[in-house]
Amino acid sequence: MSDTFKLGEKEFTSRFILGSGKYSVDLIKAAVNEAHAQIITLSVRRTNTQKHENILEYIPDNVTLLPNTSGARNAGEAVRIAHLARELGCGDFVKIEIMGDTKYLLPDNNETIKATEILAKEGFTVLPYMYPDLYAARALRDAGAAAVMPLASPIGSNRGLSTKEFIQILIDEIDLPVIVDAGIGKPSEAAAAMEMGAAAVMSNTAIATSENIPLMASAFAEAISAGRKAFLAGTGRVLERGAESSDPLLGFLR
Amino acid sequence: MKVNGEKYTPDGKSIEEILKERGLTKEMVAVELNEKILPKSEYGSYVPKENDVIEIVQFMGGGC
Repeated sequence: MSDTFKLGEKEFTSRFILGSGKYSVDLIKAAVNEAHAQIITLSVRRTNTQKHENILEYIPDNVTLLPNTSGARNAGEAVRIAHLARELGCGDFVKIEIMGDTKYLLPDNNETIKATEILAKEGFTVLPYMYPDLYAARALRDAGAAAVMPLASPIGSNRGLSTKEFIQILIDEIDLPVIVDAGIGKPSEAAAAMEMGAAAVMSNTAIATSENIPLMASAFAEAISAGRKAFLAGTGRVLERGAESSDPLLGFLR
Repeated sequence: MKVNGEKYTPDGKSIEEILKERGLTKEMVAVELNEKILPKSEYGSYVPKENDVIEIVQFMGGGC
């Protein structure tokens, strides 16, 4: 049985998405080789802010690049960054990231909806990073988003699924892939998100800040796969009270 | 005129020549001229003028 999910026109078998904010060659290698990432996010920046190094040289050709609009403070800036990203020539995927707040780095859902509408009309495959709010998710879907990417907890925090209940509502109510983004700190949290029915999990900091990058990348891959299988299997029921023997209640030696 | 936020005195160089002196190739960048994308086919012919605002960008690491 092939278990894939679709974003725009592309189909993916891997449900792990790598953020490359805290990037190193080791991290990218580990994510592709150990965690089988098929999507890697990138940012768009002025050329003079960095060493003359081309990150694309480290990313295999079969990986889909997902440029984000980080740095954008409103819809207009996000659209501008998306245009530059498309001109860089790596496809029409874009992750909208709009933050007006620099302390908590929370996404601005209203501006994100505006940018999604503009870019989806222009033919982009739009993946909006969002605060998990049902009304915003519906508006993003109506605006043409290919998925929604709610945060688990603030970016870079490794604090896990602090928005769990609200992500579950999006999974139950929105007929789009829900990709849990930001704040996942441990493989167990990634597994929990997948058990809930998330389509994929995105992570960077959890792996980049661990002591053994390849080992943690592989732990994430296994956790995501285990969580997915559990979701497909359907988890067993929970008893409200008491217990239920799983052994036959007859033939006792007494 | 400005290139990536820094003052730059127009010296008759085309965008392609400005990229070259920065050690950049056409393939690895996108260029914006006064907030509009400049098509790659025009890098060789476009010579920036006084008051132009040029942005040269590329991909770098990014995402949670």
